[in-house]
Amino acid sequence: MGEKFAEKDLVKLDGVLADLGSQKGTLIPVLQKAQEIFGYLPREVLVRISEKIKVPISQIYGVVTFYAQFHLMPRGKNIVRSCQGTACHVRGAKGILAELRRQLGLGEEESTTKDLGFTLETVACIGCCGLAPVLMVNDETHGRLVPDAIKGILDQYR
Amino acid sequence: MAIKSLDDLRKIKESAKQATSARHESGTQVIVGMGTCGIAAGARTIMTAILDEISKRGLQNVSVMQTGCIGMCQKEPLVDIVRPGEPRVTYGNVKPEDVPRIISEHLVNGRILSDLVVAKI
Amino acid sequence: MEKLARAHVLCCGGTGCSSSGSKEIIPAFKEKLAARGMSDEVKVVETGCHGLCELGPLVIVYPEGVFYTKVKVSDVDEIVETHLIKGRVIERLLFREPATLASVPDYDDIAFYKKQHRYALVNCGHINPESMEEYIGAEGYEGLAKALSMTPEDVIAEVKKSGLRGRGGGGFPTGNKWQFTRNAAGDKKYVICNADEGDPGAFMDRSVLEGDPHRVLEGMIICGYAVGADEGYIYCRAEYPLAIRRLQGAIKQAMDAGLLGENILGSGFSFTIHIKEGAGAFVCGEETALIASIEGRRGMPRPRPPFPANSGLWGKPSNINNVETFANIPSIMRDGGDYFASQGTETSKGTKVFALTGKINNTGLAEVPMGITMREIIYDIGGGIPNGKKFKAVQIGGPSGGCLPEQLLDLAIDYESLTKAGAMMGSGGLVVMDETTCMVDVARYFLNFTQDESCGKCTPCREGTKRMLEILNRICDGKGTEEDIPLLESLAKSIKAGSLCALGQTAPNPVLSTLNFFRNEYEAHIRDHKCPAGVCTAFLGYTITDNCRGCGLCKKACPVEAISGEVKAKHVIDPEKCIKCGACQAKCPFKAIDKG
Repeated sequence: MGEKFAEKDLVKLDGVLADLGSQKGTLIPVLQKAQEIFGYLPREVLVRISEKIKVPISQIYGVVTFYAQFHLMPRGKNIVRSCQGTACHVRGAKGILAELRRQLGLGEEESTTKDLGFTLETVACIGCCGLAPVLMVNDETHGRLVPDAIKGILDQYR
Repeated sequence: MAIKSLDDLRKIKESAKQATSARHESGTQVIVGMGTCGIAAGARTIMTAILDEISKRGLQNVSVMQTGCIGMCQKEPLVDIVRPGEPRVTYGNVKPEDVPRIISEHLVNGRILSDLVVAKI
Repeated sequence: MEKLARAHVLCCGGTGCSSSGSKEIIPAFKEKLAARGMSDEVKVVETGCHGLCELGPLVIVYPEGVFYTKVKVSDVDEIVETHLIKGRVIERLLFREPATLASVPDYDDIAFYKKQHRYALVNCGHINPESMEEYIGAEGYEGLAKALSMTPEDVIAEVKKSGLRGRGGGGFPTGNKWQFTRNAAGDKKYVICNADEGDPGAFMDRSVLEGDPHRVLEGMIICGYAVGADEGYIYCRAEYPLAIRRLQGAIKQAMDAGLLGENILGSGFSFTIHIKEGAGAFVCGEETALIASIEGRRGMPRPRPPFPANSGLWGKPSNINNVETFANIPSIMRDGGDYFASQGTETSKGTKVFALTGKINNTGLAEVPMGITMREIIYDIGGGIPNGKKFKAVQIGGPSGGCLPEQLLDLAIDYESLTKAGAMMGSGGLVVMDETTCMVDVARYFLNFTQDESCGKCTPCREGTKRMLEILNRICDGKGTEEDIPLLESLAKSIKAGSLCALGQTAPNPVLSTLNFFRNEYEAHIRDHKCPAGVCTAFLGYTITDNCRGCGLCKKACPVEAISGEVKAKHVIDPEKCIKCGACQAKCPFKAIDKG
């Protein structure tokens, strides 16, 4: 593997593989842990996982690209998930998403800020419909949003 | 403790019930709704404000607890106050600046805040 | 050392209170107390802002902590004489008259709860979800104890007697499902809890998992005993981090107490539970896709039969129920199936939890007996539509469901009546829509969702939903043609017939149902180039009227600099630049911006 990964992260990955590697149906939990460590799933990491748990890389790639949770590209330090659930939709989620893009300076097709500070994603529903529209930053949920509140929320994480 | 039989389970049930009623008799409780909805509406800030207020006042015998979502998302954050021998009273749409009033007026002095109260159990 | 004061008078010295006169109040207190010879007993303190500036100046008297508002210098005498000397609270200066316990309504009497019957949600919001003792104190694990004293066949018979049907959407009788798994050949069997609550607009499972996790565990253990399984999995969405944390805690507590693990309650029955985090794929709510995902594969459905009851997780017989279904089991065991069956309608027994959201006053969770009408839920429990707007429709069943218009509000709700009306129970998400919601846009919203979440296995679902979405986009963009409506209907038929799982089979429902009840809205988009609800931006334009006072707020709010104008002069919007986001209209304090 190249030098772009910290030695301690690779040690952590090997630890995860040693812990979970032999369990049945382990691929998804291993990928979840690996993504926790590296922030995304670089090719080198997938190759290492494939060798250790004896699952073909093609199959791993198939799983990684199937689930919305896995990412093959580097991601921002903070993950902003803008909820697009039905309740949020009818209560103005589009406007919230537009304001998020504006505040983060992201174009329609972009998802991560240049400084890797934020990654903006949409999510189908975070189950907090009573407070629609809502968004999540990392594990924190913010509800009853209006476009004006977005800047203040993002500033807490800058 | 390990629960090995129905009798063990009943014992725990009785002691849990006693503990709850003892709390009802002798101490006061503050209960904050800490489901995802509550937290999204600011329940964590409310919880911190309550703990601050209680320690600032040096109140004794007050337990601060959390509970799940009671389903009234519109009124989150929700805070319940239980005073010895009295029903549990729920406040809704609680803001951090309401906390000192809830603690001083209701928890300490038993005067229910008519502007924030939702219901009692 | 300073003498210990018997009372403290706290006067707010924040900017707000100072400006409303607190500066004179502090010296007035000191003077009055000195005159009464109480300077040593009562300490006067200046404090920071309490954040209630509009009610200032504020004075708080300790040790009682009485909160006086709008205190004037002339009130100081009375506070000292009446409160500090005689110990009587001055009611007229209190923030508001305090309510008496008698005047506070009981939970059961407030509109939101009056028609509810909390059965699965009975503990949610009442016990500490992180304390197993509190759950046991609320009759928890008694259903398990009772089940373990019965034969597995009797447990299944009790569940059958209750008439409980799957709460995840399908509505399959739970007792029969258990029977199939029990009857299946094999030593190793699994119990799976479907906690992949993916329907946008439904969050009852999250509430139960977060608010009463032990109830779900208890339901699963009882199921394990009944079907002959010794291992269980909870497949929970990763988007619910708090639910996962609470479940992990509950499993550990139950293991430590011996309610999970070997020889539970001395019965000889053993059971363990693992948690699997979902990885973000709506289709994994389908049982065969969910099993594939637990096994570490792409979550794609496979044809049934064989049903999971015969060949499920790793090819072993497996019983899958959703969270709300399991949450009903402990009480059914404890109270008996007859009690549960005494609620509800002929075919749908017990209670159902609905998530009430959208354009409605009281958003939240309502657990009601089956057979209640939608009108009761929306108007009696939900408190009606906010801002004086008119009700248009309620969407039920998420992306698989449909909408019910005004004329169907008095329908008694159960599995069959909803299906007959072109909607479905689904997981019970109710999204209320008012006159400002465009039904074509709603249909497009759902198609966008199912198109995105289609796993891609069946061509009609993968390609068909994409084509339907293109047509809906076209209609919303003002480019629809007369042929589009029949084309939507024909595509819908093929997708329903040609898809393997419920995702594809039901994906066209939102379109069919809106076409059925709101065809005129589609026609208005196509023929009149109008969006009656004023949602679809292609038909909209914003103009500034003569009410404009030239304050410039709209200019500042505009994200694309489409607004120009001098200060104090009427502004104008450049329609070429305008992206019709509506930000200007939201900001205008003079209602000078028209949409149309």
